[in-house]
Amino acid sequence: MGLKPRIKLPDTIKTGDTIEIRALVHHVMETGNRKDDSGQTIPRNIVHSFKAVFEGQPVFSADFGSGIAANPFIAFYMKVSGPGELVFTWEDDSGATTTEKVRLEVHGEGQ
Amino acid sequence: MTAPLGSHSIDRRTLLAGAIAGAAGAILPSSAVAEPAAEHSAAFQAAFKKVIGEATPESALVTIELPEVAENGNNVPYKLAVESPMTEADHITKLHLLSTANPQPAVATFHFSAQSGRAVVAGRMRLARTQDVIALAETNTGKFLMASTLVQVTIGGCGN
Repeated sequence: MGLKPRIKLPDTIKTGDTIEIRALVHHVMETGNRKDDSGQTIPRNIVHSFKAVFEGQPVFSADFGSGIAANPFIAFYMKVSGPGELVFTWEDDSGATTTEKVRLEVHGEGQ
Repeated sequence: MTAPLGSHSIDRRTLLAGAIAGAAGAILPSSAVAEPAAEHSAAFQAAFKKVIGEATPESALVTIELPEVAENGNNVPYKLAVESPMTEADHITKLHLLSTANPQPAVATFHFSAQSGRAVVAGRMRLARTQDVIALAETNTGKFLMASTLVQVTIGGCGN
């Protein structure tokens, strides 16, 4: 998970909107099913957990298995209660975590 | 199809299995597509049972979108959606993405909250071979809702 994760929010966000959030982290997602050239099983190392938290409140989370493709991408929704900080956290089998913080700005009231 | 000649024999076997499965899928009557196919793995049956217990799922309110044909099983886009007001009284708590023929059937579990707004997710998955892919949702009242779709896989993923 060496590279910076990519987060995409809508360009204009209003309070009360339900917005799509897209998040991608770079990771090989080694399944544990493959063997190396000497016939040894390559141990599983996947991003098994993704969490999105807004102002300390959990919004969405995912438990991933080895059936998720490399460089796991996820799109999900959030109802916007106002401006605040979004924190995204990924954790892999080696215990490595990546955290990305995004400031969510609102531009007025939605419907 | 351009088979990687000179690579491991296991790769060729996977390719062959995929080709046979693809051919078998092509001659099935269309009614077989609506009903989940019979060849669901024992691992899938166990994973499904683990989620659902003794309950019976309803085939309603869930949509699952994947391509009908996936040329590369290593990277197949999926989109799951459950029709739900997502209010305190009536919402989806979890949504499971299950594979009926991958080595590990539990592909992902998504957890929603009061702030989710919509029970909709999208991403990319691996498919080892042609198979049904299942979306299974749990409501806050303990009901299960389900949908499935058949995907023809040309070259399998999962690295085996």
